[in-house]
Amino acid sequence: MEEKLRLDPVLISRAREAAAAIASSVDNFIARRTTVAVERTNLRLMGIDGVDADGVPLPNVVVDHLLEKGVLELGASGWVVNASLQLGLSPCDVAEKVACGSLDLTAIGQSEPARIRDAARQLAQQCLDRIRNNRLKRDQLIRRLGEGKKPYLYVIVATGDIYEDVVRGRSAARQGADIIAVIRSTGQSLLDYVPYGPTREGYGGTYATQENFRIMRQALDEVGEEVGRYIRLCNYCSGLCMPEIAAMGAMERLDVMLNDALYGILFRDINMQRTLIDQAFSRMINSYAGIMINTGEDNYLTTADAVEAAHTVLASQFINEQLALLSGLPPEQMGLGHAFEMNPDLEDGFLMELAQAQMARQIFPDAPLKYMPPTKHMTGNIFKGHIRDALFNLVSIMTGQGVQLLGMMTEAMHTPHIHDRQLAIENAQYIFHNARHLGEEILFKPGGEIGTAGAGGAVQGGENAGGSEGDRVVLCFGTRHVRRCEALFYRWERAGRCTRKGGGLFQSV
Amino acid sequence: MSVDFTRVKPYGDTLDDGAVQLSFTLPVPCGEEAREAARRLTAKMGLDEPQVYHMKDLGEGYTFFIVYGKCRHHIDFTSIKVAKVKSEVMDFYEINRFIKERIGRKIVVVGACTGTDAHTVGIDAIMNMKGYNGEYGLERYPEIDAYNLGSQVENEVLLEKALELNADVLLVSQIVTQKGVHITNLTELVELVEAEGLRDRFILICGGPRITHELALELGYDAGFGPGTLAPQVASYFVQEIHNRMTRGIEAK
Repeated sequence: MEEKLRLDPVLISRAREAAAAIASSVDNFIARRTTVAVERTNLRLMGIDGVDADGVPLPNVVVDHLLEKGVLELGASGWVVNASLQLGLSPCDVAEKVACGSLDLTAIGQSEPARIRDAARQLAQQCLDRIRNNRLKRDQLIRRLGEGKKPYLYVIVATGDIYEDVVRGRSAARQGADIIAVIRSTGQSLLDYVPYGPTREGYGGTYATQENFRIMRQALDEVGEEVGRYIRLCNYCSGLCMPEIAAMGAMERLDVMLNDALYGILFRDINMQRTLIDQAFSRMINSYAGIMINTGEDNYLTTADAVEAAHTVLASQFINEQLALLSGLPPEQMGLGHAFEMNPDLEDGFLMELAQAQMARQIFPDAPLKYMPPTKHMTGNIFKGHIRDALFNLVSIMTGQGVQLLGMMTEAMHTPHIHDRQLAIENAQYIFHNARHLGEEILFKPGGEIGTAGAGGAVQGGENAGGSEGDRVVLCFGTRHVRRCEALFYRWERAGRCTRKGGGLFQSV
Repeated sequence: MSVDFTRVKPYGDTLDDGAVQLSFTLPVPCGEEAREAARRLTAKMGLDEPQVYHMKDLGEGYTFFIVYGKCRHHIDFTSIKVAKVKSEVMDFYEINRFIKERIGRKIVVVGACTGTDAHTVGIDAIMNMKGYNGEYGLERYPEIDAYNLGSQVENEVLLEKALELNADVLLVSQIVTQKGVHITNLTELVELVEAEGLRDRFILICGGPRITHELALELGYDAGFGPGTLAPQVASYFVQEIHNRMTRGIEAK
């Protein structure tokens, strides 16, 4: 792609190196550790599914049993595979026996470690084959049916009732949606188990369960055949059960999964060591399943000013990229997030949004960037909201984003009505089609407001990623924006965080 | 032409033309029958000469309409009375001074998002140090001890904490409104406080995008604040209310 913004490649690679250093220190910590969720995931991948008489999922029953016996540190799979060999039962039957209290996994004979390893490897292979077949099936379907053009139109359904979601999802697909995301019930991220079976009641969304995944997958496959386009299914593997939900998604052929531990840390107070371990494993699963992950950088802009905190998005994208690479996830599956959240009252705000989106595009050229719509400054004025969504769509098509989470004019009012979604799709289709190649026709004026915009963000992002070391120079969005940012830098200067170099340049201390 | 405030009708471009725009979806397959259904429905809603200007097939047997019509009804504007929070709005400094000079002790405020609601943007905007849109939150007020319990707090826990901290004011935020869950959560708290015989001890305030002062009063709260409310509006209300109760001889606690 042609480089529209003349970003300094040295600064970008320095930021990337800083992010790699952060990611590798996190990875060193993760590599030697597991969590209850990771162990439950292993059990799920071995085919353990279902609930006990009290409705507790069997993977929880087995892991809690081993925790109680004080042997979970050795991992759950070894104990289950051993029991499976000793008793001639499937792992799921073993779990059933533990659930009804008739089996203590630590109180039976031990098979040879080599035999356990072989049997475990066989079970793992079966599961990997299933996931691989799903991946092949997706590829086949896309080859046969085709798919929507990027940016993919991504819409959300959230009725609480999976059967109602099916109707909404199919309707959206017929109207042109490429990705259907089923929003989870409020608070599912804080459940330390995954609910079981089809569910018809939820708050602000529908529970993520394996059966719900299967029901929606089937519905979207059916409608995909009718409309002659592969329809992608998205769900959320964030929260306490990240890897378990990733495994369920892999088994039921989801295509896109939200995957960002930082969301749980910042907004749900989840233990950060645990959730980063969970994230690493869940991304490995996503990677193998060919699932595109979506990261949650947009969340930083919902609680902070989108101009002042723009660099935090870039810093997080750099770190997310490096953490994803360490989980084996290729750039083509990294739906790094960002958002159109600047205050609409800003003069030339559109220029800054355009610059920011173009910068992300150039710094992560292979990533299908996930672009989030305006939410923070949306009011009940649906007419203005619809226009803001149109500008958001225009930035996206001009800068080649990968996934367009469609803005709803009724954002901040209610979960979308069926026609809110249709109007949003129509808006995006119109603009994407009508301005499809506009970006290719445009060059930004060197030294202009947009042309220099990205550079500052890049360096700021780098500084943020790199922590306190070094002599990074902080530039800013175009000349007008410099004045706004200067106020911030002067504050930093007074606090001894940077020194002034003149001409809008500051050097961090 | 002057408006007759006892008989007010919607206005498009001529007084009393009654012009109204509607958009809605019917669960019927798209076609001429659907168009007629939309027309008849809007006629039943009290619109004369309904015109279906746009009809769109949403698939799965659903059809979307944009309809214009002329409203038959009118309203007597002169007879309308709406409950409003009456307190005078003060700024950060005035509020702190008011507490210091007129109340003479620190005010304890406990806030939370109750029930299943995990969306803390509202309560954070009012309570957190940083505040919202450049306006500090209650934690920043030197004369206020603010405790933000965060999201998904059970009503029982909120009440327990309020008693433990000897709270003057309870702030409840409700963002999620699906299937009326905010009403359920809010009502439950009032019932709980009343059952414990503690209703007079606290000033109960709720807030959220779908909350109005009128709804709050109906649910048994002392006040309600809608979208766009900032900390000074809420604080101005409760410091004056506490002062009123003191001077009326009914101490807030």
